Parts: sequence; C-alpha cells; structure tokens
Amino acid sequence: MTAASDIDGKLTTLGDAVERFAHDGAVVALGGFTINRNPMAFVYEMARRRVRGLHLVAHSNGQGLDTLVGAGCVSRIEVAYGGNGRFAPTCVRFRRAVERGEVAVEDYSNYHMALRFLAGALNVPFIPTKSGLHTDLVARQGFSAAYRAAHGLPDKKLIVMPDPFDDGGRADGALDEGGRADEASDRRGPGGDVVLLPALTPDLTVLHAQTVGDDGTVRIKGLTFADLEQAKASKAVVVTCEEIVPAATLRADPDQNALPPFLVDAVVCVPHGAHPTACRFFYDYDPGFLNSYARAARDDQAWATFLDEWVYSVADHDEYLAKIGAEQLARIKADPVRGYAIGLDRR
Amino acid sequence: MSERAHTDAQQAAGAQTPDQPFTPREMMAIAAGRFVSNGDILFAGTGVALLAAGCAKRIHAPGAVVFVETGGIDPSLDEIPLAVADSRVMDGTCINAGIIEAFSYIASPRLHTIAFLGAAQIDRYGNLNSTCIGDYDHPTVRFSGSGGASDAASLASAFIVFMQHGRRKFVERLDYLTSPGWLEGGESRHNAGFRRGGPLAVVTDLCVLKFDETTHEMYLAERYPGVSDAHVVANTGFALDTSRAVDAVPPTPDELRILRDEVDPQRLILG
Repeated sequence: MTAASDIDGKLTTLGDAVERFAHDGAVVALGGFTINRNPMAFVYEMARRRVRGLHLVAHSNGQGLDTLVGAGCVSRIEVAYGGNGRFAPTCVRFRRAVERGEVAVEDYSNYHMALRFLAGALNVPFIPTKSGLHTDLVARQGFSAAYRAAHGLPDKKLIVMPDPFDDGGRADGALDEGGRADEASDRRGPGGDVVLLPALTPDLTVLHAQTVGDDGTVRIKGLTFADLEQAKASKAVVVTCEEIVPAATLRADPDQNALPPFLVDAVVCVPHGAHPTACRFFYDYDPGFLNSYARAARDDQAWATFLDEWVYSVADHDEYLAKIGAEQLARIKADPVRGYAIGLDRR
Repeated sequence: MSERAHTDAQQAAGAQTPDQPFTPREMMAIAAGRFVSNGDILFAGTGVALLAAGCAKRIHAPGAVVFVETGGIDPSLDEIPLAVADSRVMDGTCINAGIIEAFSYIASPRLHTIAFLGAAQIDRYGNLNSTCIGDYDHPTVRFSGSGGASDAASLASAFIVFMQHGRRKFVERLDYLTSPGWLEGGESRHNAGFRRGGPLAVVTDLCVLKFDETTHEMYLAERYPGVSDAHVVANTGFALDTSRAVDAVPPTPDELRILRDEVDPQRLILG
C-alpha cells in the first residue's frame, strides 16, 4: 500500500470518526447489503463507544444492522429487509428486538428505500413509484402518530394519490371548463394511483469502499447497491476502505470512480474493514464467523458473551483481525479475477 | 427478499422417499424452471429460485437472463450465491448496476420479466406476507420484511412463488400484506393502479398451483408423483378447486443430472 499523504486532511482514525460523526440519536445509513461491504469496523467502533439511540435508515443492511441492534445502539429503524441470506433468513437480534418491542420499526421495500435516498440526493421532498400499491407497506404505519409527534418525525409515512397527469382516460387530455381534469377521474385510466415516498436526508452515511484516493475520491468495485444515493443524500459521509492511494492513481482511470472528494468528510483506512462481510476482489464473507454469530445470537447469554469477546474486549480492528487469525483471512482471500474465494467451504 | 424461499424450501428438502428417486426440493426447482422461456428476464433471489433458473438456462431456455435485485445482470453463476449481495452475483455479469437500475429493468415495459419470490404466508389470490405473524405493532414472529419482493410483485410482468405447503402458510387471511398478488381477485389488481403483473403460479413441495383467469383464485394445477389431491387440500387453509388438476411430469434423468451435477454440485441449496 502506498503511504497516504492526506492532501485534504480527511484521513483519520475510527475512534475520531465515530466521535465526530456518529452522535447519539443520529439518523444513520450504512453502505453495503446483507453480507457484502458493510462498514463493520465502524459498526464495531460505534458499539465499543456505546453510541445510543440511533435511527437507522436501511434497505438491506443485514450484518451491520443486526450487530448495531444487538449491541443496543439502535432505537428505531426504517427498513426494507432484516435478513442475511442463508446465514440468517431473518437477522436474529433484529428479530428479537422487534418482537420484544425494544426497537421501533417501520417497513418499506428495497426500491422504496433506494428511491427515498435518491430523492434526498436530488433535494426534492418526495418521489413517486408504482411499487407497493394496496399493500400493508402503504396501509400500515410502523411509527404511531404519538411516536412521530414525540420524536419530531413527519406525520405521514407516505401518501397514495391518483396520477396527477392522468387525464381520466381521455385521449386528447382535454380539461373541463374550470381548467381541471375530470374530478371523477377514473382510477382505471392509464395512470392510476401512485405512491409518494418522502425523501431521506440522513445525518451520516458510512460506506466501506475498496479504494480511496488521498484527496477523498472513492472507488467501489462490484455492485454499489444504494451506496451512492445514500452518500449524496447525507449531511456527512465517512468512508472506510481497504487501501488509500495517491489521488493521481484514481484520476488515471476516472471511469472507475464512484464519488467525488467534496462529498467525503472523513476517510479511515481499515484493511478487512468489512469483515465478516465480503469486499469484492479483497476477500469473501467469512462463513464460519457468520454461522457462529447466528448461533450465538439465538441465545441472550451466548450473545452477550459473543459481543464481549469480539467487540468490547478487543481494543480495535487490528486486535479483532488478530483474533480471527491469518489462517482464516487467507482462506477467505478473494481471487483477483473472480472477486471471491473460489471453492471456499461455505457450509 | 426471496432469500426466504430458501428457508421454506430448506424445511421441505427432506430426503428422497424409497418410491421417488428425487427430493421435494429437486421437484420444486425443476417444476419452476419449466415456466421459463427463452428471452425471459428472470429476477431471482437465492435459494430454490437460482436452482430453477440454473436448470432452465441449461436445459430449455439458454437465452433466458438471470438478474439479481441488487443489480448484477446475467452473472456466470459458476458458484451458487448464498445471498443476493454475494460477490458471486457480480462475476461475469454484463453489467453491475445499483438497486434503482435493477428495478428500472424489472419495471421496463420493453422486457418480459419474471420474478421468483418466497414468503411466510400466501392467500388464495397469491398475495404474500414476508413481514410478520401476529399484529404488526406487536408481532409474535418477525420476519425479514419485503426486501425487493414487494417491488418485484408490483412491477414484474409476472411472478412465481415458492412455498412449503401447509395450513399455516396457505391462509384465509394474511397477517400482513407485503407483496401484492391479485389483491381481492377479479379486476382489483388493475383497479389498485397496477398496469401489469400478478402471480403466475405457486410451486410447493407437493404441487403446482395456478390462478383462474377471471376470478384470479388459486387452483390445483399439477400434483407431484405420489401426492393425492386430498393431501394438498388438507394442507391448504382455504377452499381449493382441484377439478383441473393433472399429474406433474416427474423430473427426467437429464433434468436431475443437470440439477445435481452442474447447478448445485455442493448441494448448498439442495441440502
């Protein structure tokens, strides 16, 4: 790895980034998806520093979301999916916390959440979609009216309305004498109803990327999920990464880059910073760790022991990785062409 | 999302019985794969959906394209992904897009898109619940939630559901409607504002169910070898028309060989 020059003063440590950006009660969006590119080192540091009262806005942040919920950092979640693929069809601590009423939860879909981040990025108050019409995602609020009022949340989860451009099925689109389309606009017309989703503008987005330039330019390899919309919608962005290279290296091939430096407030170089989730071209997910995580999560006592062993009693991510061991990290090392660990035992 | 399909199927996998040289999960994968045609764009999660797509592509629909909701389009699938964000869905693709792009493809009026979905509960009109059991505000069991399932059910040209057959899953009334099927049947899906889509079939460990073209009520279409209509009815929590049922074609030796040797040789999903 090239020595970092920090030309923009953005390079820092996990501890400093958490202290500066992850305040109690903050609205936080995590990058990644289920078992891929979750900013786990940052998540562990938030847990270690006992950050409390977070409001997570998430599409499908399996491992990061579940770890934060399990460590008691989260008060409420707007979420599309709390699962972790085959390793946990429903994330276990998430499930427990919702069933016990320990976190407030409001459901959306993946597309809904991604669109809400896009609306935030575009600085518009809402965005329409046809997805979810007539479902309980639309009909049921997860946060009650009293809860919304008490926590300064918008009154409404979302709004359903007829397509305002729908001419009621008249091909010429003529308006009536009052200049309005037919009041009794037939909902069976060409447009029909749409769902208006409110924009999201999180206090903080935390992403884990493969490579960042020493000016803050971000390069992400593989699927970007909703990372880029989240970053553009947020009031602050912290990026953890596998490596930091001179800005000129990334500018030599700008087509590969994902975010400009001016969106990035802090950069932390944390090799294996997404472990136990995957980071394409660097390492695969760690099946053994994910399985033992899920096993421990099912029992409160075992979970407390697990948290203590892997989060609270390790000083930092280096010590965590030393505990994982070089042998295991070698097993999950990604093939440089395929991007994952070929033939990895994933049972 | 349809990562749930995997759990359902996991319980259904079972062992092959002495009189059937295949497991229920193998039958499910092959039965679902037969719905796929060349040119279809398949929106798949993980689990049985990927097996179905893998079989179809290798047997009768090499021109079908698999894409994953996270945005990986037409991956090599040399190794079975264990989640929709597995790095294996990003390998050998024509493009690695984002979530918004993925749903713009599934909603595209130019494309015939078929989604494979799983759920915890289904009703007679193919509406799905993957959110919770009990009251939403105080659930007795919380599941993963929609993920991309509600989006795919809303926007795709059609969808196919994987379920383990049982009275607690095939219910009169969903505890939560996560993903829209034919809603209240008849024209209700159109009236709600949807302009296409709806469930095409439900593939279970016992049978294949389809939906009446007018009422959009579920009916028994194909029973698997060794399964009686009465057994299907006894495991369904609402009245089921069995008058149109025929025997399902058992998996052929070729289908089984391709599924076992090429699609999931490690039996990561087949169990």
